[in-house]
Parts: sequence; C-alpha cells; structure tokens
Amino acid sequence: MEFVSPRTLDDALAAKAAHPGAMPIMGGTDVMVELNFDRHRPDVLLDLGRVAELADWSLDDGRVRLGAGVTYARVIRELGAELPGLAMASRTVGSPQIRNRGTVGGNLGAASPAGDSHPPLLAAGAVVELSSVSGVRYLPVAEFYLGVKRHAAADTELVTAVLVPRATGPEQFCKIGTRNAMVIAVAALGLALRPDTRSIGTGIGSAAPTPFRACDAEEFLAGALDADGLWDRPSPLPQALVAEFGARIAAAAAPIDDVRGTAPYRRHALAVLARRALTWAWDEYAAAGGR
Amino acid sequence: MRIEITVNGRTREADDVWEGESLLYVLRERLGLPGSKNACEQGECGSCSVYLDGVLVCACLVAAGQAQGREVVTVEGLGSAERLHPVQQAFVEAGAVQCGFCTPGLVVATHDLLARSPHPDDAEIRESLAGNLCRCTGYEKIIDAVHLAAGRLTAAAPSGAAEEGT
Repeated sequence: MEFVSPRTLDDALAAKAAHPGAMPIMGGTDVMVELNFDRHRPDVLLDLGRVAELADWSLDDGRVRLGAGVTYARVIRELGAELPGLAMASRTVGSPQIRNRGTVGGNLGAASPAGDSHPPLLAAGAVVELSSVSGVRYLPVAEFYLGVKRHAAADTELVTAVLVPRATGPEQFCKIGTRNAMVIAVAALGLALRPDTRSIGTGIGSAAPTPFRACDAEEFLAGALDADGLWDRPSPLPQALVAEFGARIAAAAAPIDDVRGTAPYRRHALAVLARRALTWAWDEYAAAGGR
Repeated sequence: MRIEITVNGRTREADDVWEGESLLYVLRERLGLPGSKNACEQGECGSCSVYLDGVLVCACLVAAGQAQGREVVTVEGLGSAERLHPVQQAFVEAGAVQCGFCTPGLVVATHDLLARSPHPDDAEIRESLAGNLCRCTGYEKIIDAVHLAAGRLTAAAPSGAAEEGT
C-alpha cells in the first residue's frame, strides 16, 4: 500500500487521477475500520487531512459551502444558526472522539444509507461538489446516492464540498437507536420548513438502499399548508394532516429486516418521527409568528 | 514508511510502519506506550483515546501517516506512577477502576472534558464520556471521580484560570 498525503487540492486531484483506485481518507472514522478489520486493502490511501482548501466553510449567496474536511464538531460549534438540521444531526454522531474527526464530506464518500448527514442534506436541498483534474461539477445530493455505500462520484473525482442552502425556517432531525450515543440509526428523518418558497424538504435514512427524499409527502404537506392558508396564519396543525404526513413518509420507505430492526418497525418508527418532527418544526414556526 | 511524531513532548520515530497502520498500533507496538488500550479497533469503545494536536480522538481511527509531524499526548503523558494527574488520583480514590481496561481512555476523555468545562453536571459528563465503554458497568463511580477531579482542579487553579481549563 502507498500512503499519499498531498498538501494542496491540485496535488490531491492529480493523485486521484493517477490512482483512480485510491481510497480517500479524511477523519478515518469509516475508512480505518475497513483497514483495521482487513475488509478493504486499497493500493493507495489518499490522505486529504492536510489539504487546506478542504478544511473550511464559507457563506456564499445564501448557501454554506462546507469543505469536505469540516468536522461534525465544527458544524455543531459554528453552523447551528445557518444549518440547524445538519447541526442537530451532527450532535447525534458517534461520540466526542468521533465528532472531532468525522466529516460531512467523509459521510458522503462512505454513502451508507445510515449516515447521519444525509437526511438533513436531502431536506435542505444540498448540492455535492465533485472535483477532478478535468474540472468541477455539481450534483443534487438526492442524485448522489446510487446504492448501499455507492455514490455517483467517478473514480477520478473527489467530494470536495457540499453546498447547503441556509435554513429559511425551522429544521428538525430525529433518529431512532438503542441509546443516545454511538448509534447507527435504525431509522432517521430530516425535515425542513421553507416559508420563503412555501415548500417542504425531507430526507430519510436507514429505510432503503440509499438515503432518499419523500417527494410525495413533501408535496402533500406543502399543498395542504397552502390550501388552508396556514403559512400566513400558523395555528396548530390539524391532527389528521400530521397523521397523513407521517403515513406518507412511512409509505415512501423501502426498509429491510436486519440486526438493528425489522422492516415493519422501521416503517412504524418513521411515521412517528415524521409526526414529531413536523409538530416540533411547526410549533417553532408558529411561535416565531410565522417566520 | 518512516513516521516521526511528537509523543508526550518527545520526538519519536518509527521505521517500517505499514501504510494502513493505525496510530494506536504505532504507539503500542512500535513506541512502547501500551497505556492506550486496543479493544474494539472501530471507535466504539474509546479505550484508545489520545490527544492529536490537542483534540480528543480514537487512536485506532487515525492512520499512522496522518499523525506524521503532529503532536500526540497519551495517558502516559498526563501523569506518572509516582505523580498521578489529579484525574487519575480521583479515579483511584473514587473506586472508578474495576478491571482497568477502559480507565486510560476514560482518564484522557475526562481530562479533555474538564479542560473545556471545569464544572460539568451529570448530564454533561455522561454525554462527554458516551464514547468510552466500561464493561464492568462502573459508570456511577466514574461520574463520582469526574466530580472529585473537577473540584480539586478548580481548587488548585489560580483564581480566574479555571474557566480556561487546566
């Protein structure tokens, strides 16, 4: 095995072009497990931890450009106001040790259906920045996930950033697990209310081969809120509306039975999570006087 | 490959390090520092907790090459058998040590917690130590030890310095 540790993004992209099979490593919280257990033996380990261009975030045109090397700990400390959903999800990742090293970029690279970043990124309508020596392209995060631990980056591309629109309304994240730490989600849900466009964003994890949006539930809820004039006069939501939203979220899932939970349990849990997340988010919206 | 790391204030070198090797393996097997324990090798148990450039991490999840040229502090760097760190002394006195395997990781994680938050309540302690597993189920005594250490570190710190940590 070769260990390559570029200092600049250009060198990193050149290394990926020269070694398309190279395994990128950032915080190591997924990659090192693969190596420690000898599940994977790449020819080249491409350490991105010293690439300055990946290490920061910036605010640009209403979006946060989150460099692939920004840790969960920094998202929690620095981005709670701009990206509340992603910050909430980051707080549920692993433990302090894991949040100090693990990155949102790495979570995208791993592309596990259970990754905690994915539901809030989907709900927020994030865009993945993929770079190679040939240039940069941008892909909506919903199109990035292709299958269990498979994503749309080419062998010569690196995930260099994710562009996440700033929240324009309340966001929520909830996750089912056996304890409040060190949990791989049994089911997870991200929700974004977007009063500016009167739209709803959702993202669901651990309930299909990939993280996904529940588009039908999003459109149903946005339509119902519009039809009843609730965006302008935010009163408590009718229980039937909340229940129907939960049912549509559950119906969108395609979960499996595994050691962490059965498919029916996951569906049931998603309906409950959806009702809770919507109620919390809407209460926050109403409390702020519909802003 | 050859690795050079500053460990507990001293520059250390290791040769013939395998490129996929963890920092934990380097510390234990190549540098003779077995204080950081090897238990799960997947970041679940916290027994290998060390500081990497001042940040609490699981040494098993850091590739050796990622530690090249960086500063590592292990449990051996916090105190010695002759002169225990107040966190270590508190663990002894509170009976927070059973089989002892998780203790080095818990000591380093507690050291990190008290540097950030000199007077944590039980909820903050549980949250901050959530990545350190004790399979003797001794968490109550561990929490007692954290409170004991917090009190002593604050008492020992010059007034005003406690908020910046020690």
